[in-house]
Amino acid sequence: MARYDRAITVFSPDGHLFQVEYALEAVRKGNAAVGVRGTDNVVLGVEKKSAAKLQDSRSARKIVSLDDHVALACAGLKADARVLINRARIECQSHRLTVEDPVTVEYITRYIAGLQQKYTQSGGVRPFGLSTLIVGFDPYSGVPSLYQTDPSGTFSAWKAHATGRNSNSMREFLEKNYKETSGQETVKLAIRALLEVVESGGKTIEVAVMTKEHGLRQLEEAEIDAIVAEIEAEKVAAEVAKKAPAAPKET
Amino acid sequence: MECVFGLVGNDFAVVAADTSAVHSILVHKSNEDKIMILDSHKLIAASGESGDRVQFTEYIQKNVALYQFRNGIPLTTAAAANFTRGELATALRKNPYFVNILLAGYDKETGPSLYYIDYIATLHKVDKGAFGYGSYFSLAMMDRHYHSGMTVEEAIDLVDKCIMEIRSRLVVAPPNFVIKIVDKDGAREYAWRESVKDATVASA
Repeated sequence: MARYDRAITVFSPDGHLFQVEYALEAVRKGNAAVGVRGTDNVVLGVEKKSAAKLQDSRSARKIVSLDDHVALACAGLKADARVLINRARIECQSHRLTVEDPVTVEYITRYIAGLQQKYTQSGGVRPFGLSTLIVGFDPYSGVPSLYQTDPSGTFSAWKAHATGRNSNSMREFLEKNYKETSGQETVKLAIRALLEVVESGGKTIEVAVMTKEHGLRQLEEAEIDAIVAEIEAEKVAAEVAKKAPAAPKET
Repeated sequence: MECVFGLVGNDFAVVAADTSAVHSILVHKSNEDKIMILDSHKLIAASGESGDRVQFTEYIQKNVALYQFRNGIPLTTAAAANFTRGELATALRKNPYFVNILLAGYDKETGPSLYYIDYIATLHKVDKGAFGYGSYFSLAMMDRHYHSGMTVEEAIDLVDKCIMEIRSRLVVAPPNFVIKIVDKDGAREYAWRESVKDATVASA
């Protein structure tokens, strides 16, 4: 009886769903992704594995739009992501068609999470190997939101969250340094969290900002480089400030 | 009877539609907008069975939006017209949509275009087109005055001539019309031509 529970999603004797746990392992091996919610915007940042010289980087976008006011980034199996993203995009338009309203961020998150859960309780299928970070503005309240789903099908709202490789270090950083921000400060916070685990530079991270007025805007490489330079400069200044008061004490 | 017509100018396309919603002998309302903005640079002017009209055009609109999200770029006008025709053709032998459509659009590479799509899935790319009883008058008017490369002023003047002709010669002529235009700056409402306003009744 034992040992079949590793191959398909059924319970093990001690209450585990091994396939779901293995899917979470796949997520842990995926690229780092971070999301930070500000008062007037939400920022998504994703680690870019160094692009092959001959690859067209535009075709490998990791932060995608689901609708005018909702965007998604993920960590894990990118092929599985394509399927989920496609279903979510269809659902966004289908919702608009049937009730003449855009989806709320919670609705589409619940839909995606529901889909992920279905694949943990169906015959002959394996769970989706990815966790998603979903951001957007609710069409009526205008409130920015950040949600996360995982392969088990659970979802929750966050002020700031990270998933993928080294997500623990990023989450620790965010817990220590999170405060209510807006505009450029939110972008900086997201990039600072990413820089904890990624080698710096516009070539290795992809950042996008969602605002109520302009929807999703992908930051250019040059912009990211400039912000990284700012962050580095602030770090250096902080080091200098730390050392300075110590000097008089020594003499 | 519903009147829809349109024409292509030098770097724009314009469509006009009557705005009456009629059921047998009753006019439900005379400010029904029958020209839908399909996406930033496309207009669908539709006439026919009102339930089918709304259902079908909204379905096309949402699928055009889905294409844009999936592929990162919008459909060309030609592609949208062919998709629309395909949907009408598929439904034709099962559950046909009684909707006639003039699809006007502007593409950066190819400029303005107008497509004539009737309810049995005919598709023609045209410079001027019209549907309904009003077409007897508007097509004749356009055949007389249309030339390629018209300016916006000339085109609107021709549209007004057609509306006047319909109003004076069609027995149950619709009183009000809406005119919409699409050019490089996008699709938008141009003007209304109202001869009957829904007036409020003064209290006794």
